[in-house]
Amino acid sequence: MSTIYLMIPVTLLIAGGFLVAYIWSVRNGQFEDTTTPAMRILPDDKPISSEASDLKIQN
Amino acid sequence: MSVAVPISPYRAVARCSPATSVAACRHCGLPCLDQAVHRDEMHFCCAGCQTVYEILTENGLGHFYELNEKAGVQIKRPSRREQFLFLDEPAVREKLVDFSDGKTSRVTFTIPSIHCVACVWLLENLFQLKPGIGRSTVNFPKKEVAIQFENARVALSELVALLASLGYEPTLSFGSLEGARPRPAFRKLILQLGLAGFSFGNIMLFSICLYNGLDTWSARNFQPLFGYISLGLALPVVVYSALDYWRSAWTCIRQRILTIELPIAVGIVAIFAQSCYEIFSKTGEGYFDSLCGLIFFLLIGRWFQQKSYERLSFDRDYKAFFPLSVRRLIGRADGPLPAAAANTSNGAHEVTRPASPIEETVPISALNVGDRLLLRHGELIPADARIISGEGVIDYSFVTGESEPVEKRAGDLVYAGGQQTGGVLEVQMTKPVSQSYLTSLWSHETFAKERKDTLDNILNRFTKRFTITVSIVALGAAAWWWAHGQADVALKAFTSVLIVACPCALALSAPFALGTAQRLLGRQKVFLKNQHTIETLAKVDTVVFDKTGTLTAPGAATVAFHGPPLTEAEDRSLYSMTRHSTHPLPVRIGEVIAKHHFPDAVYSFVETPGKGMEARVAGQEVWMGSASWFASRNVIAPAEHQSLSNSVHVAINGQYRGSFTLQTALRQNASQLITQLANDYDLALLSGDNERERARFSQLFGARANLNFKQSPLNKLGFIHNLQSAGKTVMMVGDGLNDAGALKQSDAGVAVVENIGAFSPASDVILEASNVPRLAQVMAFSKAAVRIVWLSIALSSAYNFIGLGIAASGRLAPVVCAVLMPLSSITVVGFACLATQWAARRAGLSSLNRTLTPSLNLSSAATSSDEIRITSKSKIKNGEAFA
Repeated sequence: MSTIYLMIPVTLLIAGGFLVAYIWSVRNGQFEDTTTPAMRILPDDKPISSEASDLKIQN
Repeated sequence: MSVAVPISPYRAVARCSPATSVAACRHCGLPCLDQAVHRDEMHFCCAGCQTVYEILTENGLGHFYELNEKAGVQIKRPSRREQFLFLDEPAVREKLVDFSDGKTSRVTFTIPSIHCVACVWLLENLFQLKPGIGRSTVNFPKKEVAIQFENARVALSELVALLASLGYEPTLSFGSLEGARPRPAFRKLILQLGLAGFSFGNIMLFSICLYNGLDTWSARNFQPLFGYISLGLALPVVVYSALDYWRSAWTCIRQRILTIELPIAVGIVAIFAQSCYEIFSKTGEGYFDSLCGLIFFLLIGRWFQQKSYERLSFDRDYKAFFPLSVRRLIGRADGPLPAAAANTSNGAHEVTRPASPIEETVPISALNVGDRLLLRHGELIPADARIISGEGVIDYSFVTGESEPVEKRAGDLVYAGGQQTGGVLEVQMTKPVSQSYLTSLWSHETFAKERKDTLDNILNRFTKRFTITVSIVALGAAAWWWAHGQADVALKAFTSVLIVACPCALALSAPFALGTAQRLLGRQKVFLKNQHTIETLAKVDTVVFDKTGTLTAPGAATVAFHGPPLTEAEDRSLYSMTRHSTHPLPVRIGEVIAKHHFPDAVYSFVETPGKGMEARVAGQEVWMGSASWFASRNVIAPAEHQSLSNSVHVAINGQYRGSFTLQTALRQNASQLITQLANDYDLALLSGDNERERARFSQLFGARANLNFKQSPLNKLGFIHNLQSAGKTVMMVGDGLNDAGALKQSDAGVAVVENIGAFSPASDVILEASNVPRLAQVMAFSKAAVRIVWLSIALSSAYNFIGLGIAASGRLAPVVCAVLMPLSSITVVGFACLATQWAARRAGLSSLNRTLTPSLNLSSAATSSDEIRITSKSKIKNGEAFA
């Protein structure tokens, strides 16, 4: 059971890492707006459309 | 940019609805009527929509149309870049832009027409439309977009012009120059919450071992080790997460007032002290898990309490009502003209013809007394002024409550805030913008003091009794044990009582009950400024109404035709004519008789403002106008038509045909509302309009009610003040600037808006106009919500009672505390939320009958136009049409 003396600090370190990540993300403003990111995933990424680039060349 | 529309992969077949056989616009989805443009089998309702379509498809942004069937926004008023040139002036630009370093700038605009995924996508792809525009980020709940752009390549005016040309014109009001509102301290709260949750969970993991039999016998070293680790995890929580409670407790002590935060702070101190003692003296495990859990739940309550509707403002003043800019004339034909063109700030050139006056668009803040302003139809008068030329038909309904537009001649004075509904008007300012008749209202002392959230709310009243009881029990228990000779138990009992009595569940009952109530009301389009408004609404005993725009629906007058019934053809001709008028009366008539008519062509249309109009339609000479104008043309209206007020007479080919009369309509079910309210509340009516409608309204309100007409904004304020001096709790329901004083003075101010996002004066509640009849239900629900708060308090007191019993006997073990605290919190919160939802259903405010749409905005103020309609994506191949 003496391995606990090693496990606990390691666990706390990992947990602390997650806490730091959380703090960073809050300060980075990622929690300011939780609605719009959900909407951003919906549109398709634009394919490299040949028509669009043809139009540009024509103009 | 090429004008011809290339073969685009995004073709569509015009959608013809069988009933009307009118196509829907490819861009905005509205019906294509007489201004329709047809191109390559596509239909657009106007040239504006077609232009936007071209812009988007040529730049490869056709994906816009796949995201939403009605993605586009119809451009009501086409704009030119010249209108926005004043934005480039350094003084104005500096105030609008968020920040600017030499090369790039960032600006945040509020764009009310953002309504769907397609809008978000398009605005975030703005950089594809103009080189020099960088990243743009949309904030959908706030309807804002933040755009970064290079100073050298894009002028602010170009950016605004581009947005306007796409249908996303930003709202620029006089108030935009004031700078951004300060944001609430949301970030700090979720940091505190996260930390508390983190520590709560981790300490619990250690405590579980200790509760399940790990003690000094089985593993001598672990108990102290876990104890110190728990202490280490709990310390930051006590120091940082509980910070607001320390501050409030300190304020309570200094100002000798008692709020719920003081017992909470005392409880935290007691738990922490007791736990530290137990750890250091190795006599126990401590209560750190309960401590962190306590703070965690309290912070959740606080987070729930902070519901704010981001795109609404409950604190608007007149500056948000006035536009940012107005057209000013410089130079006259009779005087020397200034040498340079008006807008030279960024090299823009305005072609000026020296013979006629030059128009420039200037911000309102730059106006001076004596400036000559040019106002078109629909524009607001920014300051008190005198008419120089043009026919004024001024709509003051928002400012004074008069329901009829007022006709003014050259030489007459007009007041700020009125809206010109006639033709072009030239006025000369007589007073500065900040000193007009209207804005002087804001210098009244009512606006100077911030109405502080009164501390006399339910919770604080209960806290007094609670604190006294707990103190008695704690001291009593300690004294009892001491008297029985067990001093150590006495101390333990004392601290245990303080620990258990820490009013966690108590502090959660109000936020959750009232917060749920606030959110439920929000879903019904009744938006409350904060939770305390509900308590105030429950206490109200007098309701005062404004008339114009609140009880009456503007622009919804009932129209009746007197005379031999109109034929289908005549109806259509009249409708076609009214579409060309700008006067409110024919416009309203046109709306009513429109039905499904497709307008005829109208020739030689001439409108004499304030008098009437004539035109040739379908081969006939049609006149519509006032009786006096007809008389001047030798068409005499028969006697029975003459006496009717507010009528528009019709003559066809010189023969009198009949007249339309308009009567202001009450909102649907408003009469029902008044009758319902009359039972429980004292009612009053304050109107800025004249006495014309007294009979009608006294019949509606009953004999007991107090009806007052011709009230100025200060009269209204005074009336409310008098009622309050007589001890009444007053709720004011109003819509316009003339109600602003009354709304601020009353205990609960309800602002009525036609659509969310329109201007509303500062208030506690923002109500969508269609919801005015539901006020009675809202009031009943508020009362129910307050009752639920009391019940929740009772429930949490029951838990406290049990806990106190255990604690006073000196037998409180940490595990008991660790179980009791979350259990009580969860049951109280659950009860509060569920009971409130049940009460809402009973009051008829249920949201069960909302149509199910894939709404991503579950908690924000979403209106029906915000529902995100996502069309099923179909495969687009070259030239293949999709349905």
